[in-house]
Amino acid sequence: MSSKVGTDIAINGDGAVALAWKQINPDVVAAYPITPQTIIVEDFSKYVANGEVDTEFIDVESEHSALTLCSTSSSAGARTFTATASQGLAYMWEMLPITAAMRVPVMMAVANRTVSGPININNDHGDVMSARDTGWLSIFAENVQEAYDMSIIGPRIAEHHEVQLPILVNLDGFILTHAIERMTPLDTQHVRDFVGEFKPLYPLLDTDHPVTHNLMDGPLFYFPHKYQMVVAMNKALDVAREVFAEFAKISGREYHMVEEYRCDDADYIAIVLGSSFGTMKQAVDNLRDEGMKVGVAMPRVYRPWPADEIAALCKGKKAVIVMDRHLSIGAYGPMFPEVCASIAVNGKMPEMYNFIYGLGGADTMVSDFMSVYKTVEAGKANTINYLGVKE
Amino acid sequence: MVNLADYKEMIIGSRVIEPGNSEKFRTGDWRSQVPVIDKSICISCLSCWIDCPDNCIVVDEDGLVDVKTTHCKGCGICSQVCPKDAITMKEDIA
Repeated sequence: MSSKVGTDIAINGDGAVALAWKQINPDVVAAYPITPQTIIVEDFSKYVANGEVDTEFIDVESEHSALTLCSTSSSAGARTFTATASQGLAYMWEMLPITAAMRVPVMMAVANRTVSGPININNDHGDVMSARDTGWLSIFAENVQEAYDMSIIGPRIAEHHEVQLPILVNLDGFILTHAIERMTPLDTQHVRDFVGEFKPLYPLLDTDHPVTHNLMDGPLFYFPHKYQMVVAMNKALDVAREVFAEFAKISGREYHMVEEYRCDDADYIAIVLGSSFGTMKQAVDNLRDEGMKVGVAMPRVYRPWPADEIAALCKGKKAVIVMDRHLSIGAYGPMFPEVCASIAVNGKMPEMYNFIYGLGGADTMVSDFMSVYKTVEAGKANTINYLGVKE
Repeated sequence: MVNLADYKEMIIGSRVIEPGNSEKFRTGDWRSQVPVIDKSICISCLSCWIDCPDNCIVVDEDGLVDVKTTHCKGCGICSQVCPKDAITMKEDIA
């Protein structure tokens, strides 16, 4: 085991993603800078300049061009990565559903950042949630180590021949992208062996087998093509489980479709995405010391949505609290209805509460998360609550 | 029930791996009118054959014309150019 794992390093989340990319050595990277993602493409450009990778590094003039380039270069048969955030992802939006429908396994790191306006560059999940329904796989990291690990796991899920969908690798802006943490990288050779060679389906550059990509679909074919994506997403649930198990063998780090913390005997559980999972674990520990039976869980993979795992997790709980770091204004947080639906179609509903928190980088501390559980236990929570907003 | 294509038989990602298959795309499905040739009036001048934008007029060994409707969009150019008014556009109820 020890030979597969490198020496511990201190690195920020963006650097960790760039390091994973360097070890994978993709064929093409499209780069356009946007805070807080910029360090990823900056660090990677140094690897390119120093000859440490032989990637074709392409500076484009906008995010829309970046993703257009990625979808076409992946169609040509090249393993292609890019990174973005916030307005950058918004600027790519037109190409998001097209890239997914082209069934090309592009990997994109998203340094999660709120979407203006008002103008704000801090962390929340407004960017990636707006990309939710476009057919991309979506996977979340809790800390710098996981940002690195998910960047290695990502292509394995996306490029599986029965999946063939692009993937968003999410890391919280600034909280992970700019914070330096201790991390254990893998040995480069083991990363290469794990990720393997990119074997594209129907590549454009295979001139012996001419193929046309991204054609028009009439009504007879459009809906069945979308259904093919549903089948691929369902398959991705199994593929992700397999890849996690395989990754545990080379790294010693175990990942699950839904990560659970002290949920087994809990009366109250919260469900949260990204770096807040770590903060909530501390809140759970503190409340357990006070005698409250609480737990917290994080869907590791948000698309495909692990409905069965969520339903099993919530079964028999007194209350389920869904923590959304984004708000569908006029409705709920985006994850709340999905959790409700997963439970409702599988069994009896517990009490359900939605807490919207931390929009635009609003600081959310351990004590804030403790107050969430306490408000619910005291019966003072509304169905939808806006943490810290004076209503 | 809507009769959609079978997703299992379709290549993923709206790709076409068979060159030249647009020949199979029956653009004639859009048609609301179809040309009908009165062969007793036709003088085989082949004006319709020259002007048809979709290659839908076929000519047999004797130089007589007929209509192949798989790609005919019912534009009516053939009936317009016919000097003998031998071609009339009729509602396509098929």
